Amino acid sequence: MATAKSKKKSNTSKEDLLHYYREMLLIRRFEEKAGQLYGMGLIGGFCHLYIGQEAVVVGLEAAAEEGDKRVTSYRDHGHMLAAGMDPKGVMAELTGREGGYSKGKGGSMHMFSVEKHFYGGHGIVAAQVPIGTGLAFADKYNENGRVTFTYFGDGAVNQGQVYEAFNMASLWKLPVIYVIENNQYAMGTSVGRSSSTPEFYTRGEAFGIPGEAVDGMDVLAVKEAGERAIAHCREGNGPYILEMKTYRYRGHSMSDPAKYRTREEVQKVRETQDAIEHVRELLLQGKHADEDELKAIDKEIKAIVNEAADFARESPEPSLDELWTDIYA
Amino acid sequence: MATEILMPALSPTMEEGTLAKWNVKEGDTVSAGDVIAEIETDKATMEFEAVDEGTLGKILIAEGTEGVKVNTPIAVLIEEGESAEDAAASVEKAHAGTHEQGAGHPAPSKVVDEAGPGGQAPAPAVPDDPEIPEGTKMREMTVREALRDAMAEEMRADERVFLMGEEVAEYQGAYKVSQGLLDEFGAKRVIDTPITEHGFTGLSTGAAMGGLRPIVEFMTFNFAMQAIDQIINTAAKTRYMSGGQMSVPVVFRGASGAAARVAAQHSQDYAAWYAHIPGLHVAMPYSAADAKGLLKTAIRGETPVIFLENELLYGHSFEVPELDDFAIPFGKARIWREGSDVTLVSFGIGMEYTLKAAEKLAEDGVSAEVIDLRTLRPMDTAAVIKSVKKTNRCVTVEEGWPVGSIGNHISAVLMQEAFDWLDAPVINVTGKDVPMPYAANLEKHALTSVEEVLEAVRLVTYR
Ligand SMILES: Cc1ncc(C[n+]2csc(CCOP(=O)(O)OP(=O)(O)O)c2C)c(N)n1
Ligand SMILES: [Mg+2]
Repeated sequence: MATAKSKKKSNTSKEDLLHYYREMLLIRRFEEKAGQLYGMGLIGGFCHLYIGQEAVVVGLEAAAEEGDKRVTSYRDHGHMLAAGMDPKGVMAELTGREGGYSKGKGGSMHMFSVEKHFYGGHGIVAAQVPIGTGLAFADKYNENGRVTFTYFGDGAVNQGQVYEAFNMASLWKLPVIYVIENNQYAMGTSVGRSSSTPEFYTRGEAFGIPGEAVDGMDVLAVKEAGERAIAHCREGNGPYILEMKTYRYRGHSMSDPAKYRTREEVQKVRETQDAIEHVRELLLQGKHADEDELKAIDKEIKAIVNEAADFARESPEPSLDELWTDIYA
Repeated sequence: MATEILMPALSPTMEEGTLAKWNVKEGDTVSAGDVIAEIETDKATMEFEAVDEGTLGKILIAEGTEGVKVNTPIAVLIEEGESAEDAAASVEKAHAGTHEQGAGHPAPSKVVDEAGPGGQAPAPAVPDDPEIPEGTKMREMTVREALRDAMAEEMRADERVFLMGEEVAEYQGAYKVSQGLLDEFGAKRVIDTPITEHGFTGLSTGAAMGGLRPIVEFMTFNFAMQAIDQIINTAAKTRYMSGGQMSVPVVFRGASGAAARVAAQHSQDYAAWYAHIPGLHVAMPYSAADAKGLLKTAIRGETPVIFLENELLYGHSFEVPELDDFAIPFGKARIWREGSDVTLVSFGIGMEYTLKAAEKLAEDGVSAEVIDLRTLRPMDTAAVIKSVKKTNRCVTVEEGWPVGSIGNHISAVLMQEAFDWLDAPVINVTGKDVPMPYAANLEKHALTSVEEVLEAVRLVTYR
């Protein structure tokens, strides 16, 4: 399956390109800020950054419609921002404050937004796969024409419950898009060391689920693939698999010895495949924007992120009574 | 020879049923497989087939009889030349007296007395800690190093021992417990797995049945919930189900309990969960010496062991004796402090709070005896009882949830075994009854504290 970068710059509008640029940049700057706040002790526990993988969620969100659902793992900040959740609320959850999406009770790995149809933020590898399948079950039951994006990693792909979910999704023709974010590593384990067959997009074959590999560093290719998958689902054909070939630039979480890959490997991807750089070039080459305009956008994004960080710092800690609330309905 | 036909159990929950209809009458010839009666169970009406052949000599239970207990003789088959009346009479005689005893009410068994409170299976007698000969050099090391050394020593001693888990080999362990093991033992014996807990737990259980001695590291025990079925349904029960033919000598180890702000799905304490399961041994050491000595015993034993470590304790240092062979028996508590006013019982990271509390109490003139259970199954309740008979008061300390806790069990044991010696109700100091929150201030309050231990002691000592 081809994974080359799409060279189609002409038929993507200026507005769309600027939108992708803005969205991806927001995620990257937000994550960089989160890394800083972690270093300052304002964020604790596990914190998994999405830097490098931005094109995946931004491309798919561009293909989605209002009301479509999404669910993912603990590496969830990018998904939430792309779904339109408020950076302030996300950052304040990272600092464990009252103004966070879960009132400070969930943290980096566990955030939810009913309003934006974001169903978490799950800490147990692959647990979100049957959950996403169940959301799709509900959509089919309700005949509402929605689809669910169920994101999981190249490590998660080996959990048994993934295949239990695949079988049911195919059997019952559920409108679920399985998005395998293949960033090539599960903590320190490369795909080659964990998987008997590394072509994850074929993992649905035994269940009759079509799949394709996509250049996950190319937001335009991601969007196109997303549209195909969505059309397949909405037409009632059941699930679809998108294997996104992507890369995480940072460590698995904040404490990562990084001995499992070389600096050069990371550097090379950053220099040759970076998703934001790619769109930036398309904008400049297509004369959709000049350096000054892009600088203005950078500034604008920085301001949003700084505002979020200030909010996250100033929002008070949850009141101690919150310990005992929200346990039962 | 006459053959009895007994009321069958036709569903797993059936204790009695209605003999709805006989399809044969006395004097008929019956072959195996003939449907001879219809029986209504708690679930459905079922056809009842004969398993033997012969002549239906006598029907003992008439059509339409309700409430026929499982295993009651309902008819007799006779061979050629036998008299039906004689056969029936002998059957009735053999079963005289069985009717009073309802199927659902087994006779009180002596096991209850022998096993002690709660009817726990009797634990074998346990020897003391191995003697540490005078002049033995002590070496300060972390719990992490002690665990690694225990595995390395046992792997050197026994080719069948291997380690398997996520990131245990090349990464040197997510929490660095297996540091250096890949270098020494190679990839055949130190194995990185895919993220597939239920799979490799079942696989290691099978490997243990196949004669190997797996050590399975769960990155943390939170992820062992993916594998809980193989742990409980296979590893724990196989010896029993096979009538003792087959053991499953596997050690499941890893961190359990709260770390630091890793929130609800990564902070659960599993002490009480696994301590509940007959067929498992459960250790939850506090010190490095105990971690080492207990892990060596766990690896050598025939029983599947749940070995609960704690992420925060990995870096703590303790004195460990430099002995060639330092194995500590399961089922033997360690007395950390002797005292006369109150007994504090804890284990694992709970000991941190407990020892600090005991020190504060000493400053205030209260003499606390501190017991570290070290293993939760078997559990050295005798040590607790003995101590309480001296102090007359008891507080238990653990980080897990309060309902169905280890403290609850100890309270029940004391109530049954040392009621007359108790001068105050036993208090269980535990983690709060909530999922673990992420926020720093909330997490602190969800855990227990030295203050809470002191408060409990104040209550039981009426001060
Ligand atoms: C059931 C379970 N096992 C292990 C872990 C620990 N763990 C957290 S993330 C991770 C790696 C997952 O890798 P992948 O699926 O590729 O996702 P990525 O982190 O690359 O986004 C592991 C082993 C866990 N959270 N849950
Ligand atoms: Mg990955």
